[in-house]
Amino acid sequence: MATIWDAVEVKTPRQSSRETIHTVPSVARPGVSRRRRRLGPGPAIPFGLQIGPALLVLLWVTGSALGWIDPRILSAPWTVVEAFGRLIEQGRLQDNFVTSATRALLGLGIGLVIGTVLAVIASLSRIGEALIDGPVQIKRAIPTLALIPLLILWFGIGEGMKVTTIALAVIIPIYIHTHNALRGIDSRYVELAETLGMSQKDFILQVVLPGALPGFLLGLRFAVTLCWVSLVVVEQINATSGLGYMIDLARNYGQTDVILVGLVVYVLLGLVSDGLVRLLERRVLSWRRTLAN
Amino acid sequence: MAPHTGQLKSATKTVHVRNLVRRFAAKTILDGVDIDIEEGQFVALLGRSGSGKSTFLKALAGLDHDVEGTGTLDTPDNLSVVFQDARLLPWRTVIQNVTLGLPGAAGQEAGRKALAEVRLEGREAAWPNQLSGGEQQRVALARSLVRQPSLLLADEPFGALDALTRLKMHDLLRELCARHRPAVLLVTHDVDEAISLADRILVLDEGRLIEDLRVDLPAPRDHGDPRFASIRTQLLSRLGVETPGRRAA
Repeated sequence: MATIWDAVEVKTPRQSSRETIHTVPSVARPGVSRRRRRLGPGPAIPFGLQIGPALLVLLWVTGSALGWIDPRILSAPWTVVEAFGRLIEQGRLQDNFVTSATRALLGLGIGLVIGTVLAVIASLSRIGEALIDGPVQIKRAIPTLALIPLLILWFGIGEGMKVTTIALAVIIPIYIHTHNALRGIDSRYVELAETLGMSQKDFILQVVLPGALPGFLLGLRFAVTLCWVSLVVVEQINATSGLGYMIDLARNYGQTDVILVGLVVYVLLGLVSDGLVRLLERRVLSWRRTLAN
Repeated sequence: MAPHTGQLKSATKTVHVRNLVRRFAAKTILDGVDIDIEEGQFVALLGRSGSGKSTFLKALAGLDHDVEGTGTLDTPDNLSVVFQDARLLPWRTVIQNVTLGLPGAAGQEAGRKALAEVRLEGREAAWPNQLSGGEQQRVALARSLVRQPSLLLADEPFGALDALTRLKMHDLLRELCARHRPAVLLVTHDVDEAISLADRILVLDEGRLIEDLRVDLPAPRDHGDPRFASIRTQLLSRLGVETPGRRAA
């Protein structure tokens, strides 16, 4: 039975009135569902983020077992595990770890609070922005390593100086991402808050900060790995305790396996911290419908 | 920006506007608007695009911070705005959106009642983007009425909804206004909507009010009623729209 889909007359201005165009007959094919080609990445692979590191470890194990990797250049994984065990028995790993972790987390906490407060002030007040944004960009341009001699001069070489250095480094990603997210809040929500007669405090707590949360959490991901990286830098200069000290000592004695233990601990700290923030992101931002979910 | 005078309003006038002028860049958007709205009166504001309807509503809502102008503007402190987009905070649940800015358990209770009135009880914990457009706009209505406002400003609130949902929303709005009795200014481009809902219809053209019509049809308003049709024709001609069979001689 002929249907209207069998042939369609189309006249375009270019054609003469006599010409017609017939489309390809379009009959539904049985058993084939017509879906649009999916352009997004699709559902998540379970444990997808852990696959990459796992493959690297596999490579390491295989390389060492097959003799491709010289144990003098890179200790075999089982040597590192042995060293781990030794250090834990001696209690050295735990003590140094606690010292380092305390420094890093204190610096992270302080930097987080200061960075957020500065971002909020700079976003909600023009004078605040004028006073704060420039100096932050200046600090950003100076690498922590270059800043350390000055910081030693000002704050000495104690715990205070180490925590300050880490905090100063952490402020930057928190400020930049939070400030950017705050400025990007749709002005329609600002209008809404005004019509509801919200107080400045309620406006900040219920509209501004939650609205900036996605950007803030991205800044947190950077901050959380940066605090460990800054820790490494800060512990290289005259540490008398902590993971950096342990690595330094091992370097002096040529103990590659202990160095690797230290590095593995840093890597684990970084990966676990980032993973925790991503988990937090998924929980807290479950209301979003984006390419990622 | 025009100062609010802070004078006592006349006894029953919820809104008092005199000689309101608003300019944006070099263009005068509102050119001396005078209007009084009584307590509990439902007023619809019609106008072509560019006539200044939204500017007028923004001025009444106090949202025109960077617009220059003069004139007297008296509005109640307790007013609510319903926007064309539902404007729910996507990071807050439905009940949290309704009670935004309302502290405490009393606020929660009022919020729940408001949601029940718009027939969304049970959806308190949903996220806004789990709701349909009509449902979102109902939440916005609940939010606007939960504070018992004296004045409800609605800026084309049903413009983004499909025709069937729009009709249901008309009924809902009528019901809510009959119960809470705020003064209402409904900005709309839909003439039928205006006649169907309002006691009084204004037409704004190039920043001036050119029509102020009382609508005395009994409720429920029937679109088929010849008086309805004659009001529609009158309004359409004021808006510059020709209706078939009734061309000016």
